[in-house]
Amino acid sequence: MNTSFRTCSVTGLKIHSEAEKLIKINAVTSVVFLLVGGLMAILIAMTRWPAVHLLPEDLFYRFLTLHAIAMLVAWIIFMEMAILYFTSAVLLNSRLAVPKVAWLAYILMIGGAGIVAVTILLGKADVMFTSYPPLQADPMYYLGVILFAVGAILGCCVFFATLIVAKSEKTYEGSLPLVTFGAAAAAIIAIITLAHGAIIYVPTWLWSLGIIQHIDAPTYRLIFWGFGHSSQQINVCAMIAVWYLLGTLTVGSKPISQKLCRTAFVLYILFIDIASEHHLLVDPGLSPAHKSWNTGYFMHLAVLASMIHAFAVPASVEVALRKKGYTKGLFEWLKGAPWGNPAFSSLVFSMVGFGFLGGITGITFGTEQLSIISHNTWRITGHFHGTVVAGTTMAFMGLTYYVIPLIFRREYVAPKLASAQPYLFGIGMFLVSFSMMFVGGFGVPRRHWDITFTDAIFKVSFNPVVDIGMAVFGIGAILAVVGGAIFCLQAVATLLMGRKLA
Amino acid sequence: MSISVPETYWWKPVDREEKIWVTVALIWCIFITLMMPYWHFTGKQNPPWETYKIKPEQFEKLAADFIAKHKVGEDNGIPVVEPPPGGDAFLVASTWKFEPVLKLQKGQTYRLHVSSLDYQHGLSIFPINMNFMILPDYDYVLTITPTESGDYRIMCNEFCGIGHHNMVGKITVT
Ligand code: HEM
Ligand SMILES: [Cu+2]
Ligand SMILES: [Cu+2]
Repeated sequence: MNTSFRTCSVTGLKIHSEAEKLIKINAVTSVVFLLVGGLMAILIAMTRWPAVHLLPEDLFYRFLTLHAIAMLVAWIIFMEMAILYFTSAVLLNSRLAVPKVAWLAYILMIGGAGIVAVTILLGKADVMFTSYPPLQADPMYYLGVILFAVGAILGCCVFFATLIVAKSEKTYEGSLPLVTFGAAAAAIIAIITLAHGAIIYVPTWLWSLGIIQHIDAPTYRLIFWGFGHSSQQINVCAMIAVWYLLGTLTVGSKPISQKLCRTAFVLYILFIDIASEHHLLVDPGLSPAHKSWNTGYFMHLAVLASMIHAFAVPASVEVALRKKGYTKGLFEWLKGAPWGNPAFSSLVFSMVGFGFLGGITGITFGTEQLSIISHNTWRITGHFHGTVVAGTTMAFMGLTYYVIPLIFRREYVAPKLASAQPYLFGIGMFLVSFSMMFVGGFGVPRRHWDITFTDAIFKVSFNPVVDIGMAVFGIGAILAVVGGAIFCLQAVATLLMGRKLA
Repeated sequence: MSISVPETYWWKPVDREEKIWVTVALIWCIFITLMMPYWHFTGKQNPPWETYKIKPEQFEKLAADFIAKHKVGEDNGIPVVEPPPGGDAFLVASTWKFEPVLKLQKGQTYRLHVSSLDYQHGLSIFPINMNFMILPDYDYVLTITPTESGDYRIMCNEFCGIGHHNMVGKITVT
């Protein structure tokens, strides 16, 4: 067994070489998928903007399917695997428990993602990432998703095994660090989520092979969202763990009350899964009593958890900056913050974007009545570009700014561009998310090739301000994609040509 | 530090500021929770939930009978139907059209049955922006009372194949 270690010169952490390799490969793969997803993003965005209307209809729906898979599934989950290995092996000074299984996990995931991407590009899976039956994709599509999910489950198992190894080999004493605790919460939710995925994708795959005759549409929707939405809760948990990590790395902040932060993670594990049903509020079937209960008590206990983090992270940053001497008045600490550090500005955009653009809109649209005026409109797409792009994606980008010098030990090729990148991406994404929600309020549908309805038998003419909204969207999309491209190219160029750090 | 093992007494009492914040947040969460049933009972608009299982062929037949009985004209090749006020009306979604065009009367209540003959479709009523799902094998009964006259559109807003963006229907209220 390979158990060679090196010591990080910045943090003093012992880094297991096998863990390091796995972190590297997962992070690089993740960024490559971000690049693919970003290319799809600009193509579909420039099609949705009626003034440009770039792609033909079939390519639009095909690339939209690929955009969601490359971004929501591949970019996010590969990065989460890197985070799981980092928060277990590296932060606990431990060896990675079973590197062979971790490699198998990686191979299954990359194989699965590759199969899915190729099947989509061949035009055999124009079904959107939700693949609602009776729309049917080629069996390879479902098989690819299943392989990917099995890989991800194995990755979570390696994480838990490493926690056990670290405990029994006494590589640390006392309780888990908060960031590792948060990652553990994410991994627990991941196991529950991926179980839903297996329950729904395996029969759907068999159905596509003709072995099962029929998939009931509402049952599919219920279990699919147990997977599709719960996996967003993995992202939330991982993102918040990264917030605490970035707070510590950028300004040296300490969580104010470890007890509260940890309780909040436990609240997520217990209650957040139930929120998945808000996808079904305007479906035939669920009773009002069920809906009130579902949108009420339990969901709000998960909201309480978010409220705890929303206070704890900024407060700990403030405390840390005040300790550094920025004590004048209420807000001098804000001036003293390292705004030029891309990891710090990413953290701030991530918190504001997730909280105000994504979070607040999410809990409002998720009520029984407001779901009527937002379901499947562009309001929803705007909401989740607030959560998963402005929120999770920016947090993970911020993290990458640390991973490059710490794990890859390279100096950025263009540090000035790195400082500017979060502002470009962040402002672009705020415009995208906001304008999507704005035009969605006028009824502009999601997943739609032509909102001018040129070939439809009955015409729909939106309020003229929708045109302005679409223009703001188009400009925001260009800014965000440029910001995203700078991020990816910087990462790739640095890995290839950056000056080596000792 | 969030990345290191916490100091021994990490379970020490929570600070006053944080306690206040958590208390306020908890009260707000409880309040909002109570608002969920409250809105349901006092609000004038809730998602309907009356649902029956039905085979697509059966639904198609019911709708065809309904159209034959109440047809008053045609619009772009789609039959125009005037359902009896207070009675049942049918709307059929299939790739990529809504049938029939409905003529409703302001202030009258209708039981609108919607279902799909093939894929999942969306029912987005423009310009009032009300949105529901249409699923195959299920008859979803929307009890509706139009309060304003005008020309309404129904857009499909669930992806239902490459022609999805052309799926538009019509309701007129007089
Ligand atoms: C680089 C900036 C990005 C831009 C400009 C962008 C733009 C878009 C656009 C225009 C759509 C199509 C909306 C529609 O037709 O309904 C879309 C859908 C979507 N995007 Fe993005 N996006 C970006 C980044 C991301 C990222 C980073 C993620 C995930 C982490 C993501 C996840 C999704 C998902 C899940 C959908 C929904 C697809 C569907 O409805 O099936 N996007 N995005
Ligand atoms: Cu449709
Ligand atoms: Cu459609």
